[in-house]
Amino acid sequence: MGQVFDCIVVGGGLVGSAVAYGVCSAGGTVALLDEGDVAYRASRGNFGQLWVQGKGRGKPPYAELTKAAAVAWAGFAARLEAEGGIDVYYRGTGGFWFGFAPKDVEDRAAMMEDIGAASGIPYRMVEPAELRKILPRIGDAVVGASFCPLDGDVNPLYALRALHAAIGRRGGRIVNGAPALAVEPAAEGFVARTATQSISGRRVVLAAGLGNPALGRPLGLDIPVSPLRGQILVTERVEPFLPVCTNKLRQTPEGTVMFGSTEEEAGFDDGTTHAAMVKLARRGIETFPMLAQARLVRHWAALRIMTPDGLPIYQESLSHPGAFVVTCHSGVTLVPVHARVVGPWVLGRQDIPALLDHPVFSASRFDGKRGPL
Amino acid sequence: MSGTGFFRAVPALKREGGSVSIRIDGRACTVRAGLSVAAALLEQGAVRFRQTPVGGAPRAPLCMMGVCFECLLEIDGIANSQSCLIEVRDGMRIGTQDGAARLAGMTEGAAP
Amino acid sequence: MTDRPDVLIVGAGPAGMQAALRCRALGLSVVLLDEQGGPGGQIFRHIEHADRRARNVFGDDYAAGHALARDFLGSGTTYLRHAIVWEVAPGPLVYALVGGHSRVFEPRRVILATGAMERPAPAPGWTLPGVIGAGAAQILMKSSGMVPEGPFVLAGSGPLLYLLAQQLLRVGARPAALVDTTSPGNRMRAVGPLAGALGSWRVLLKGLGMLGDIRRAGIPVYAGATHLAFEGDGRVTGVAFRHRGRPHALPANVVLTHQGVVPDTQLTRALRVPHAWSDSQLCWLPATSALGELSSTQGIFLAGDAAGIAGAQAARLLGEVCAWAVGEQLGVVDPRRRARETDPLIRRLARWKALRKFLDTLYRPADGQRIPADDVLVCRCEEISAGAIRGFVREGCLGPNQAKAFGRCGMGPCQGRQCGLAMAEIIADERGVEVGQVDVLRARFPVKPVMLRDLIV
Repeated sequence: MGQVFDCIVVGGGLVGSAVAYGVCSAGGTVALLDEGDVAYRASRGNFGQLWVQGKGRGKPPYAELTKAAAVAWAGFAARLEAEGGIDVYYRGTGGFWFGFAPKDVEDRAAMMEDIGAASGIPYRMVEPAELRKILPRIGDAVVGASFCPLDGDVNPLYALRALHAAIGRRGGRIVNGAPALAVEPAAEGFVARTATQSISGRRVVLAAGLGNPALGRPLGLDIPVSPLRGQILVTERVEPFLPVCTNKLRQTPEGTVMFGSTEEEAGFDDGTTHAAMVKLARRGIETFPMLAQARLVRHWAALRIMTPDGLPIYQESLSHPGAFVVTCHSGVTLVPVHARVVGPWVLGRQDIPALLDHPVFSASRFDGKRGPL
Repeated sequence: MSGTGFFRAVPALKREGGSVSIRIDGRACTVRAGLSVAAALLEQGAVRFRQTPVGGAPRAPLCMMGVCFECLLEIDGIANSQSCLIEVRDGMRIGTQDGAARLAGMTEGAAP
Repeated sequence: MTDRPDVLIVGAGPAGMQAALRCRALGLSVVLLDEQGGPGGQIFRHIEHADRRARNVFGDDYAAGHALARDFLGSGTTYLRHAIVWEVAPGPLVYALVGGHSRVFEPRRVILATGAMERPAPAPGWTLPGVIGAGAAQILMKSSGMVPEGPFVLAGSGPLLYLLAQQLLRVGARPAALVDTTSPGNRMRAVGPLAGALGSWRVLLKGLGMLGDIRRAGIPVYAGATHLAFEGDGRVTGVAFRHRGRPHALPANVVLTHQGVVPDTQLTRALRVPHAWSDSQLCWLPATSALGELSSTQGIFLAGDAAGIAGAQAARLLGEVCAWAVGEQLGVVDPRRRARETDPLIRRLARWKALRKFLDTLYRPADGQRIPADDVLVCRCEEISAGAIRGFVREGCLGPNQAKAFGRCGMGPCQGRQCGLAMAEIIADERGVEVGQVDVLRARFPVKPVMLRDLIV
């Protein structure tokens, strides 16, 4: 009450938290507003992949953005752990995409070639014989693979926790359990209203996922995002057998095996379905047949935040300068960029950074095409 | 005290019935037919069913009705089986569940 | 066809068996699935094989299950033993592992009668081998004819503990002591509800008799004990507690612990039924209609202790009520007849609830037995302590679902069964709010850790 923060960030998931952390680290004061225990929380649903390969075909800035983030993750994780003692279990072991049909493998090779040529993303295609040497228990159904050394994985839940802890330690204020009902222009800049309080800030960042469109409209930000449900399965702890991340399956450092994920148009329904459980189980068994005996312990769903073309939006409002939208569906991968690059930008310390200054990331690329929200 | 198990059969509740031959950690035993695997192990004097995968702590049954998951054993090659819900059968192979599940098809030390 | 019965019942305890009998009497086809190898649930465990000797040891209430089980087995219900239900989906569809094979059933109606479980009672050393539930010990007596070995102590509170002591004495197994953690203040608080419970005076008298029997047998009883802790390294060797202001320690090879029973809500939470916190029963209760139909579901009913602890006789009444309601919905009973039948059942249920309120007050588990100190493990599977959970709250965690995300609490094979209640109470206590304001721990299908290959029906 009374305090005017340098920046208000609406949304305490991985996107908002990384931006808020970046604001703190750049010396700004920040208030982070978060919904609470049963928010849609895309972050909590996330698989944990740090994924570069296969992204940004025809859109080099996106490939380069993703690469920059992946390369920065190792240092970022080390810094978070040194600061706050929370290990986010980052692994930069590279990642495999598996193909189950020769045509898919051909198409994949062509795509990787394109992206490699345009953006310099390293990769190699892996023949089945070699794959079997690297991963002896891979199923016969896998007929080819692509490998990218920049891929990795992390525990997204611990990453979120580490970011919140770091924000707290640097004097940032986290307002938990308080959905932002509206954000309005005000004398000092902006005021965000929850059911019980009003929080003032010179700048505001909308990182509220599916809540962004309603909050953005009065601030001149048109944010066409829609939910895309993803379901994930997790098994009991199993003896270690898979030290690298793959596109649909990974074994966590704890030993549990995660299978993901579906892509379903289900509106705002974040419930799980039997059909997806069966589909993911089948594909897991096809990939590593011995997993047929692994026991499923948990099954959950989360709603991805999808723009019509799947690329992020980094946009400052033209009608209301100082109001920003940051949205993407790969909130885990992009954390270091959201902290180190977006943070200082929204704080006003610099103009839009080169990494983000591309038409492919602007909200106006959708002018005329509205989302369902 | 340290040589004893936790439970013993009591004459007042003794019933006639057959027996079955099983193996517990490779050791051949004869146990009463109709017992759950968990009860059979307790009668054989077992004081540790498993070691937790997190901290390696020893555990033994708590609930005997399928809601505590402390009685997990490897039964006929299947890891993490709830032994209080499975009846002993002739020829059954039972092993303590030490740590994470070892799936059939996992070979020793074959990490990539 | 077996896979498409009129009614599918989950659970062969008193509620499930009674519901099956009524449904069959109404001419409906019934499939009943149960995890155990024989009918009876937990309270009538092993009743099929119980001879007169066993029935004398376990008492009249147990013996009463014999006729019920016999009638159930002869009712023409398709009764599938060792059946693990792992999902109930809209339809309704019920997925279960039967005889090692996955099956899906498409009943017109479902009655869940999945019963209760012992309240998880975190205390220092409760994960030590040899610390086992009193209910578990009773199951071992009934189903396997076994009693605890070596010096053993009963520790906790509640009628099951005293009943078990009586039963053990009848077969010559003498507990070294009974450490009773029932708060002395409960007796005063129970005076009010006692009036409402007097209609069940026979039950009350029986209860009063139990502790008397135990004392007359020369078993030391430490009433009003606090600070229960289990000691040992690798296995339990003793139990420590405070009594009349002084510390005590008793050697024990086995400790039978008990703090009452609570509904098993894994299935109802997975079905996303709204649950409300009951401060008198200190647990979450699923929302149902007066006739037992689960809110937010279609065609799924809930009977017995799973709907709220009320005992075996109340379970049978509620099983009947649900069966009549199902009969009405399926068109084999007209609404007026259904009301004529269920009205008196519901009145009788009210009397059992009044008794329950008295027992809940008298045997209310002490705060210290539900909300443990920092160094006590709460999540047994993932080995997370109460102190760690309090730390999550200080980091901003608001409830059990967030606590899972913060620290894996509830992510192990028991799927939150052992830690969910304590998590909610610890978090509420640390936040300084009512437990009802904290979100109930979400559950998901499969409600049992089924192998991946068995998910593919």
